[in-house]
Amino acid sequence: MGIELFSFIKGRRKGPKHHGRVFAEPEKVPEYTPGIQEDGKIIRLVNNKKLKKPYRVTGIDDVASKNNWKAWLYLAPVIILVVIFLLYPLINTIFISVTKNYNYTTGKYDGFTLENFGVILHMIPYQSDNGPAWETSFTTNAIPNTFILTFITVPVSIALALLISVLLNSIKAFQKFLQTVFFLPYVTNAIAIGMVFSVIFDDKGLINYIFGTNTHWIYNTPTATAMVPLCLFIVWNSIPFKILILLSGLQGIDKQYYQAAQIDAAPKWKTFGRITVPLLSPQILYLMITSFIGAFKEYNSIVAIFGKRGETLAGQKNMYTVVFYVYDNISSNTSFAAAAAVFLFLIILVFTFIQFWASNKRVYY
Amino acid sequence: MAEEVLTKEQYIDFKNVKVNDHLVLSIAESSKTVDQIKAAEKVSKIIFTTLTYIFIVALALLVIFPFYWMIITSLKTFNEITQEEQTFFPSVVMWSNYVYVFQHFNFFTYMKNTIVVAIFSTIGTLLTTIFAAFAFARLRFKGRETLFMIFLATMMIPGEMMVISNYITVSSFGWITNSTHTQTLTEAYAAMIVPFWVSVFHIYLLRQNFRQIPNELYLAAKVDGKSDWSYLWKVMVPLAAPTLISITILKFMGTWNSYVWPNLVTEIPEFRLISNGLRESTFNNPDLGVPEYGYQMAASILVTVPLFLLFVFFRKYIMKGVGRAGIKG
Repeated sequence: MGIELFSFIKGRRKGPKHHGRVFAEPEKVPEYTPGIQEDGKIIRLVNNKKLKKPYRVTGIDDVASKNNWKAWLYLAPVIILVVIFLLYPLINTIFISVTKNYNYTTGKYDGFTLENFGVILHMIPYQSDNGPAWETSFTTNAIPNTFILTFITVPVSIALALLISVLLNSIKAFQKFLQTVFFLPYVTNAIAIGMVFSVIFDDKGLINYIFGTNTHWIYNTPTATAMVPLCLFIVWNSIPFKILILLSGLQGIDKQYYQAAQIDAAPKWKTFGRITVPLLSPQILYLMITSFIGAFKEYNSIVAIFGKRGETLAGQKNMYTVVFYVYDNISSNTSFAAAAAVFLFLIILVFTFIQFWASNKRVYY
Repeated sequence: MAEEVLTKEQYIDFKNVKVNDHLVLSIAESSKTVDQIKAAEKVSKIIFTTLTYIFIVALALLVIFPFYWMIITSLKTFNEITQEEQTFFPSVVMWSNYVYVFQHFNFFTYMKNTIVVAIFSTIGTLLTTIFAAFAFARLRFKGRETLFMIFLATMMIPGEMMVISNYITVSSFGWITNSTHTQTLTEAYAAMIVPFWVSVFHIYLLRQNFRQIPNELYLAAKVDGKSDWSYLWKVMVPLAAPTLISITILKFMGTWNSYVWPNLVTEIPEFRLISNGLRESTFNNPDLGVPEYGYQMAASILVTVPLFLLFVFFRKYIMKGVGRAGIKG
């Protein structure tokens, strides 16, 4: 599970961490050997230590081959590929982002500069063929759109997925079937379904017919209106994965907690808030981080609904996101594209750290 | 009552506690008997369950609605699609939309490209992943943990950081059209396949799987005089088959959905993959200059159906693999 990886990165905590509330740890119940009755008292033998058997193999390292060169031979293909297609590009992109007028075909550039960041952030003009010019599409479209998309779709989709998975978990009949239905949006081609959304939201489409409106959703429309079909599509497309993760998390919760809550006659919403959500917090954190990163990189859904130009108003580039800007400028303004990519990387880094930091107070493992 | 001590099981399963006839438990404020409370609880439970089902089925219908709309739109006439009143079932079923799409949309070319790219990038990924996971899980060498941490760290980097430089790299390999050279189909395939031969996440996944294989098997193989190489292929790979199948299917789905990279590195539409083909074919009505949604949706269905078939046959592996990997491709 991806979550395993997360705790791997974070480093597993030893023992529970309490913040006022105490949670029982189902796995930590010590194993009891059958009790021995002695003078009316029950003496339980606690078996905490693992038995040491003479032939017990303690770890992979003890039996692993020690052929250094052989291991490197097995790793050679991966290391070569990682260096060429992962590590070198990373360094190279940072390098390009501080060069002036990098030409991707010849590899030539006019010295080093930090101006690229200033240019894309609309702080300084750049030298075009017709004198100084301002780069506006990044600050007026790409950044606001990316943030709006992220802060609408991530909370909405997680809340919706949480609701659906809690309900799915509470039913018995047709549970598997409904779960499969909710998973369907995952196994589709984003471009194909995006086009369906643009048909549904067409001027003469179903939405306008049902609501009796005459709104332009896809063409000739301001960004705010066009965000509606886009956000709906992104949410629709992203809940299957979240439901899958949350549902498997829910099924892993020990039933004893709910029985205890029932004995205390705790209302359902309180059970949800005090038991379900805290015990799902690792899954929720994982989804928060992955979907924040995913939403910051939104591209395909925009192409799917609005077409390759990423605009609803001709020539305005008004549906641009940060990634859209990167792809659009790769060959024409490679340095700007690299600067935008580094910018995206930094944003993602900062957000990931904020979430990890916040999770230290709210997530229970 | 005070004398009667409930056992642990009875206490937890309160609802099923059989209270003796002579004893009526009543709650002070409501003065309801246990039976009344039980009955009320039963009623409220039925109501709650019904509401849950209604709500969840409504949501499920909403979720599959785009698929339904795609199917019926693909079977409608142009006039029916653009008319004021939208219909929920085509008045005339237009199978001819599909005939038109097969004639005007190079479905089989795109399909062939996609399958070739998917097969070769999957094989490459599987090989590199198996080797690397084996080394990380089974062999001992200096710097193993450090190297593995470096690998994991690369997963934090967004792919978009790499795209720019990879584009330049692939271009410097001569796989992209430039002033002196025109791209061939093989080069286009290479440009779409080779950069995706490594997937750190899959290495991580398979390593975890390999580590669960007991050491005793390895020792037994060693006693039998097997080499590391044959142990890997005869024991570890078969045992990790479910993970490998998941990786294969997710990789296939990833190729089927990939749009950006093929679009960047290929010069002419005939070299591109199915998503690109679909987006680029607008099926414009020659007289009005507006897209013919019937044709567009028929093409979308053609693109969606193979994925659905894959899902029908490998549902278990897909859902399991996605649950662990959580990323397409």
